[in-house]
Amino acid sequence: MKKYSAAAVVAARDGLTAAQSGLLSCHACGLLSAAPKQNVDARQAVCCPRCGSTLHARKPDSIKRTWAFLMAAYILYIPANMLPIMVTSELFSLPQSDTIMSGIVYLWLNGNWPLALLVFFASIVIPLLKLVALTVLAISVQRKSNWQPHQRAALYRFVDLVGRWSMLDIYVATLLVALVQFKSFALVQIGPGAVAFGAVVVLTLLAANSFDPRYIWDFVKNDKQRAR
Amino acid sequence: MTDNSKPPEDQDSAPAPLPETPPAPSATPTPSAIPEAVVASRWHTAPWLVWIIPVIAAVVGGWILIHTITSRGPTINITFKSAEGLEAGKTKIKYKDVDIGDVKAIALSKDRSHVIVTAQLAKGTEGFLRDDTHFWVVKPRIGAGGISGLSTLLSGSYIGVDIGKSEEDRDEFVGLDNAPQITGDLPGRRFVLHAARLGSLDVGSTIYFRQIEVGQVVSYELDKDGKGVGIHIFINAPYDQYVTNNTRFWNASGVEVSLDASGVKVQTESLASMIVGGITFQAPPDLPVAPAANENAPFTLYGDRDAAMKHADTEVRKMLLYFNETVRGLTPGAPVDFRGIVIGEVASIGLEYDKQNKIFNFPVEVNIYPERLRAHYRAGADRPDHSEAADREVLDQLVAHGLRAQLKSGSLITGSLYVALDFFPEAPTSKIDWNKKPIVLATVPGTLEELQTTLLHISRKIDNIPINDMAADLQKAIKSLNSTLETTDQLMKRVNGELAPEAKETLVQARKTMEAGEELLKSDAPLQQDLRASLRDIGRAADSLRGLTDYLERHPESLIRGKTEEKP
Repeated sequence: MKKYSAAAVVAARDGLTAAQSGLLSCHACGLLSAAPKQNVDARQAVCCPRCGSTLHARKPDSIKRTWAFLMAAYILYIPANMLPIMVTSELFSLPQSDTIMSGIVYLWLNGNWPLALLVFFASIVIPLLKLVALTVLAISVQRKSNWQPHQRAALYRFVDLVGRWSMLDIYVATLLVALVQFKSFALVQIGPGAVAFGAVVVLTLLAANSFDPRYIWDFVKNDKQRAR
Repeated sequence: MTDNSKPPEDQDSAPAPLPETPPAPSATPTPSAIPEAVVASRWHTAPWLVWIIPVIAAVVGGWILIHTITSRGPTINITFKSAEGLEAGKTKIKYKDVDIGDVKAIALSKDRSHVIVTAQLAKGTEGFLRDDTHFWVVKPRIGAGGISGLSTLLSGSYIGVDIGKSEEDRDEFVGLDNAPQITGDLPGRRFVLHAARLGSLDVGSTIYFRQIEVGQVVSYELDKDGKGVGIHIFINAPYDQYVTNNTRFWNASGVEVSLDASGVKVQTESLASMIVGGITFQAPPDLPVAPAANENAPFTLYGDRDAAMKHADTEVRKMLLYFNETVRGLTPGAPVDFRGIVIGEVASIGLEYDKQNKIFNFPVEVNIYPERLRAHYRAGADRPDHSEAADREVLDQLVAHGLRAQLKSGSLITGSLYVALDFFPEAPTSKIDWNKKPIVLATVPGTLEELQTTLLHISRKIDNIPINDMAADLQKAIKSLNSTLETTDQLMKRVNGELAPEAKETLVQARKTMEAGEELLKSDAPLQQDLRASLRDIGRAADSLRGLTDYLERHPESLIRGKTEEKP
């Protein structure tokens, strides 16, 4: 507290945000710096005086990027679930290709229902939830909604937390592909679905990353809402 | 989302709470402790560049989807008798061991008589679905032709395809029970053979051409009227040109043992064909080369080589022969022989009722192939003109010279007969009635018939001998002989009883006489002694007489002077 200027303290007390106070925080080193006084033209950028990384009041083009990644993820979600992610060939059977859903059904029917549930949640529910959650967040920000900011913040934290778990299927498939290479006896090959699925996961991660959660609070006007 | 007139990310037109440029210093005093951000030249990415990502995603995703959808070929239904070895979602459809689709669903037909397999084929297989395309389940098969589908023992069954050549499309198929022997893409041609019976042939039986394997039996079915068998064969490409319009096919199955007028014949083609059966074909060597036969051309399948080659005769003259003897042993196909040359065969043996004479006749219809006779002409030899009229004239002449048909025994073992044409100048005269169709050739009794007649005559004569009377006479003779013997016996007895003692006495007397004689002739008998002495005396007398004569010879004078005194 001591370090910060009286203006900042005043701003925080008054419910002012850093952006409103003309202050920028560095994404990389966290240093708070004042916005430059001179005009910044299109070829220049505001940089952190300490580490030199570009400073933004908010992530630039955050909602635009989020939408772009989300749309790409939505598009690829369809082939990811329709195409086989894994083609297994065994000595005693013809090559068998499995989509995510057929793999889950196979696991369930074979009594391996805990694993079936795990894969179902990790590969179907969570990616879908992430997509829906990010869509809800993006829409709400775009509509400048001040609806349930805390819940939306919680939603964002959940999306951020759970993101990497969606890669479970890809991990399993890549592990199997790497391990099961006995050529004539058994062979596991990656299907086109796996590529699409991996792309969906990566795109949702990028979408979550490009979404700036501070927008949630930018439209929250009264302190009642802002305070817990 | 872009319909928002003021998107928040549009920072140039952002509302007051989001200033790009800091607010006026008067509003909020800049704290000196907070360092001021520096402005540096930086390369900015255009904000719209981020939209490349969803565009790429759309393109990639769309391409994958379109590829998936378009790579999906036609859906077909195949009907099978059972779904043995088939599994929905797993069983593949393979053409030349390449996956061209898989089974999506297996359902029972409404009447539960068969199974309907729905299969999804790959893109580009529309051309496969022809009217004569065949599907079958590939299973391990062990047959005479070999072992196939062994790999399916481990990997499970799959559905095989043979693509047809028809122009018509279809998407409902009836699956074959067994894999076809010949796939449609194999170069070669199919032909149809008609046979009375299948013999030991089977699907896969080999077809030989000069003992080279050139094809196989593809399928066979019963004729619709049930009176024959149609055998579909396939001849592989380089060899199908040898199937010409005059090619003969014959059965080379197994061992053919024929027992006919020519004796016992054993014929085999090859060891393999002995076991699994086979068909051989060849064009008759004496015929000119004919053009290659068309696809699916029909041929007759003969029982053996002889039968196949025999039918080379195109010119046939029919003749009727009425035999007044049994035709037992004469069968259709029996040879008609003209002095040793087979010039025809017995076509049929019929039956006729002669109303005038109220008897049954057994007309034997024979086919005469004049070509065979012509084939035997020595080069340069005189021959009759080849015309109907000339033929008639020749035949009339021959009949006038005594040409007759005769039944002859071909084999004493089997009793089979053949028809022999020969000249019998002594036979009653006959003439051919050319108005009759077919013409009738007069016959003479066969050698066997003659022999039989002779035997009959002999047996009749034997019959005529009054054996019973003779037996009675013989009995009488024996009886009289018996009585004679008895009389003789009695005589002998009397002789024994009455003559014997007298004879004995006579003999004793005779002996006595003989003894007396002997006594008389003994050396010491007085007679003998006397005789001896007498003889000695005679001897002495002879000696002295000799001395006298000697002396007289030397001294003839002594007769006059007397004996002179010897002087010492």
